[in-house]
Amino acid sequence: MKKRSRRRSFAAGILMGSALILVGTGYAVVSAETTPSPEPAVAAGSLEQLQLGRQLFLEGCSSCHGLQGEGIAADNATGGNGGPSLIGAGEASVDFQVSTGRMPLAVPEAQAPRKDVQYSQAEIAAMAAYVATLGPGPANPTEEQLNLENANIAEGGEIFRTNCTQCHNFAGSGGALTNGQYAPSLMNATPEQIWQAMITGPQQMPVFSNETITDEDKQNLIAYVEALKVEPNPGGLGLGRIGPVAEGLFLWTAGLLSLIAFAVWIGAKVR
Amino acid sequence: MSATVKTAGKTAGWVDDRFTSSNFLKRNIGKVFPEHWSFMLGEIALYSFIVVMLSGVYLTLFFKPSMIELAYNGSYVPLKGVKMTEAYASTLNISFDIRGGLLMRQIHHWSALFFVAAISVHLLRVFFTGAFRKPRELNWVIGVGLLTMALLAGFAGYSLPDDLLSGTGLRIAQGIVLSLPLVGTYLSFFIFGGEFPGTDFISRLYAVHILVVPGLILALLTAHLMMVWYQKHTQFPGLGRTNDNVVGYPLLPIYMAKAGGFFFVVFGVITLISGLVTINPIWLYGPYTPDQVTAGSQPDWYIGWLEGSLRMMPNVEWVIFGYTLSWNILVPAVILPGLVFTVMAIYPWIEQWATGDKREHHLLDRPRNAPVRTSLGAMAVSFYVLLWIGGGNDLIASFFDMSINTITWFLRFAIFLVPPLVFVATKRICLGLQRRDRDKLLHGMETGNILRLPHGEFIEVHAPISDEEKAVLMAKPERTPLTMPEEIDENGVAMPGARGARLRAKLSNFYYADNIPLPTREELEAAEAHLRHEVEQAAPAMEEDRRLIPAHDGSVLHDPAIDK
Amino acid sequence: MTTHENLPATTESAEAAAIEKAAAALPAHRPRRTDVDPKAARRAERQVAAMFLGSALMTVLFVVAFVAIPVDETVYIWGFGTVNASNIALGVTFGLAILLIGTGAIHWSKKLMNEKEEIQLRHPLASSDEEREAAVEAFQTYQADSGFTQRPIIRRSLLTAMVLFPIPMVVLLRDLGPLPGEVLRETLWEPGSRIVIDPTGRPVRPSDLALGGLISAMPADLPEVQEEEGNLNARAKAAIILVRMEPQEIVSQQGDNWDYGGILAFSKICTHVGCPIALYEQRTHHLLCPCHQSTFDLADSGNVVFGPAARRLPQLPITIDPEGFLVAVDGFAEPVGPSFWERGDA
Repeated sequence: MKKRSRRRSFAAGILMGSALILVGTGYAVVSAETTPSPEPAVAAGSLEQLQLGRQLFLEGCSSCHGLQGEGIAADNATGGNGGPSLIGAGEASVDFQVSTGRMPLAVPEAQAPRKDVQYSQAEIAAMAAYVATLGPGPANPTEEQLNLENANIAEGGEIFRTNCTQCHNFAGSGGALTNGQYAPSLMNATPEQIWQAMITGPQQMPVFSNETITDEDKQNLIAYVEALKVEPNPGGLGLGRIGPVAEGLFLWTAGLLSLIAFAVWIGAKVR
Repeated sequence: MSATVKTAGKTAGWVDDRFTSSNFLKRNIGKVFPEHWSFMLGEIALYSFIVVMLSGVYLTLFFKPSMIELAYNGSYVPLKGVKMTEAYASTLNISFDIRGGLLMRQIHHWSALFFVAAISVHLLRVFFTGAFRKPRELNWVIGVGLLTMALLAGFAGYSLPDDLLSGTGLRIAQGIVLSLPLVGTYLSFFIFGGEFPGTDFISRLYAVHILVVPGLILALLTAHLMMVWYQKHTQFPGLGRTNDNVVGYPLLPIYMAKAGGFFFVVFGVITLISGLVTINPIWLYGPYTPDQVTAGSQPDWYIGWLEGSLRMMPNVEWVIFGYTLSWNILVPAVILPGLVFTVMAIYPWIEQWATGDKREHHLLDRPRNAPVRTSLGAMAVSFYVLLWIGGGNDLIASFFDMSINTITWFLRFAIFLVPPLVFVATKRICLGLQRRDRDKLLHGMETGNILRLPHGEFIEVHAPISDEEKAVLMAKPERTPLTMPEEIDENGVAMPGARGARLRAKLSNFYYADNIPLPTREELEAAEAHLRHEVEQAAPAMEEDRRLIPAHDGSVLHDPAIDK
Repeated sequence: MTTHENLPATTESAEAAAIEKAAAALPAHRPRRTDVDPKAARRAERQVAAMFLGSALMTVLFVVAFVAIPVDETVYIWGFGTVNASNIALGVTFGLAILLIGTGAIHWSKKLMNEKEEIQLRHPLASSDEEREAAVEAFQTYQADSGFTQRPIIRRSLLTAMVLFPIPMVVLLRDLGPLPGEVLRETLWEPGSRIVIDPTGRPVRPSDLALGGLISAMPADLPEVQEEEGNLNARAKAAIILVRMEPQEIVSQQGDNWDYGGILAFSKICTHVGCPIALYEQRTHHLLCPCHQSTFDLADSGNVVFGPAARRLPQLPITIDPEGFLVAVDGFAEPVGPSFWERGDA
């Protein structure tokens, strides 16, 4: 009994450790991938940062969101797509949309997909800081808020199954919504992005404010998702963790065909 | 070796003293079975059922079919302390704390999927080759019964662990029961011991899953096999194979080794898959509560067609005299499966009545030689596949970037339009193949060799087909449609029963009218003479041709070896 | 086929002749490599034995793996990812141990067993007319002996008894469950029921719910009732969702001012077959059921806009209590969940 409990805490340690490593490497990968231009050295909250943010905004965002971030109505006559107002969008929204590569939008589709990130960490921070000045909106989670050390994975699972699985699937693999829209997979989302998505409600996702799902709830929930990412498939191949359809597909292809191949071998004439 | 034989002889003597078994043994150990890979599909079903039973008995030792709520305290960390039923907790326990438990769970689930799939392909083989015809109609019905029981057993098993998916499946089943007119609400309250989900259902379902349904399957299976044994297996046409004999290998030793070996192959492959591929990871789904659900809530594959029909059905509901009639549930989930299984079960008699064919059939049809039956079957398969697509439309939508609404609307029309198209296309293909068979009989095989005859004519050399192939082609049954009966007799009085007879004649025409007839004896003889002539004519040119060998640069040289 | 149909196989000599005829038509038996080449036969023999011995080895390895590998040990395997070491080791060894017996036996039969196609005759399955007549006669004798047809009173009374006797078996099932009564129309919601967040049980102030927000909720007394009843029945009916939209976005509601400042409460149970339904798209205000894709427009009285569900999603009228928390004004005005026969329009 004693041995087992040690093993469990050890496993939890590994789980958390690897979660943190994963997050770290995730950040490293993201920022490594996305620094074509030299990193401009600007201090957070400084005037330079705001100026850089405004400049980047004017270059990359204003064509859809308006020069003052006031939004542009879609123009059916010219085929212009327009974009929503960013006044009150807050830094969390900008950070989420740009750090997941969803913005800037390349082609208007049913839904903006996750893509390669176009800006560096610092540039994103600058744009977020600038948009935050347009009107009060949701702020990025603090480091303390994102500290998952004391999170309870099991409680997070309860919150996940009550609020998230209906769209993102039981393992966070994503799922379909109406008219070609979808809830994306959570397997590439960082804890910060999950937090930002919950408080800003990007695209069709509803908002889960800090008053309904508290900081502690969010930490538990994110810890559960992080655990899902590293949770092994004890039974073997996971088949994408999308449920019985993949199992049926495997059965009818690899499974049944291999048995039929054996039957053909049995029936074949020997020379 | 001799010691073995002696022991066997002694044992046989001991049994014979008590059961007069020698005669039975003598008659049956040499029983002949025809060989074809497709005859082994039913064996896959039988063997996977044995594997289901073996692994199932193991699981009963650890599974607790109880809906008592407890807090989980096993070794799967992400669910620690979560409230769940004992059924779910014991399934987690089997998966994480019992050595080999996960393997046995996966063997049980995979072999159940194999069981239903093998029954399905076996059923298709029997249908498309006409093996269900007299005298095997009853065995066909038993087979349909086995299929329904297998679906029931599978669904019950899927529902037992009380995870989020199985509970959602039960909720849907309960919604369907509720929709039944008059009795639905009462039935639901009796089945669930009150309101859904209650605390009685899992233990009740457990009895159904491990006792009632397997018992029925065993009984039906025994009858199924005894009938095959007694009536002897059907065979494909071929040299020496007639409607009055069976040509094949004897039970001992060949089939003992092959069929016995195949059992181990099926068991082994299922076990390997269970060691390598996850199935039903219930720990990821979480425990069932009636207010949680996951995207991609789907049943196992064999219920997928009903899931699809439920999704496709438009929302029609009537309220008559204060009572609710939910067509949106009744049509796809009650009437459709009822119709499908009824039509399937009585099909042998439908065909028999329509064609007036009451003879015994032990020689199988090649599917092309029964074009209408084959096309009806293909039509049914396409119908089923469309329902299947409906059952997975959300996953298709997310994997192929489509809209579930578009897919559903497409399917609502396709379900009526595609099967008839498939019927027409299949029938054309069958008739085309029949024409090719006739050509082969008359003109032999095309060899691809083009020859220029001395008088300048170009011909393609045809080779006579092999005796074996000829026997297969010539075994095509002659099928003439019934003639249209007179509606009135010579006195101008309406004939009794004329309408039925006319309908029957029409159906018989529908089945047989387009068949391409076999060549007559005269045609065959003439064709043979022509072929012989052609070969003779071509012989010198062929001889010349053989002496020519192409060089690397494309020019033609004489082969010195043949020239000599 | 037609020429052979219903061949009368009367005497043994006729049968022998028929078998001989079919045998003559069979293609000549072609010997296998192993039949003519002793070396090939010995090789096949060794292959078969190797498979059987391989199986035995795998069985030993299975036992070793069972004992040696802890049940929670994981291992990384290329192409599979991280898997449970015990499961994969046991599965592979056990699987191969079984499979190799099968392939060995089949290989043996194909390469080495004496294989010559044999012919057996089929006989018409129907009995001869004489036999049928004899059977009918025998039956009639027994029937006459019993007097079944001659004594109609006995016959009819027996039939009556036989028809009735299964009834107790059906009646015995009566106590499987209570009668439905009106419970399908009732939920825990009543005037003043406080709305709390599921699963944390926190009460909700209107300001807690952001614009575009969604939360699953339940009546405050649900956990208590659940504990008391020992089942999830109350939960299966009382689960709701709260959403918030701009008040001017609300096109219609099921009752006047059933919202509170743009916050709407709807039953979480689909009206089709009862799946919980919470795939809320905050911009279109559509709610999608993951089971059969019924779609409801929450901004427009929860009406059905797509899919097989026939009825709108019941709305719960809400307001705030003196402490400023959201509460139900009243219970649901119509039954929640799937339709049932007695439901009618109400």
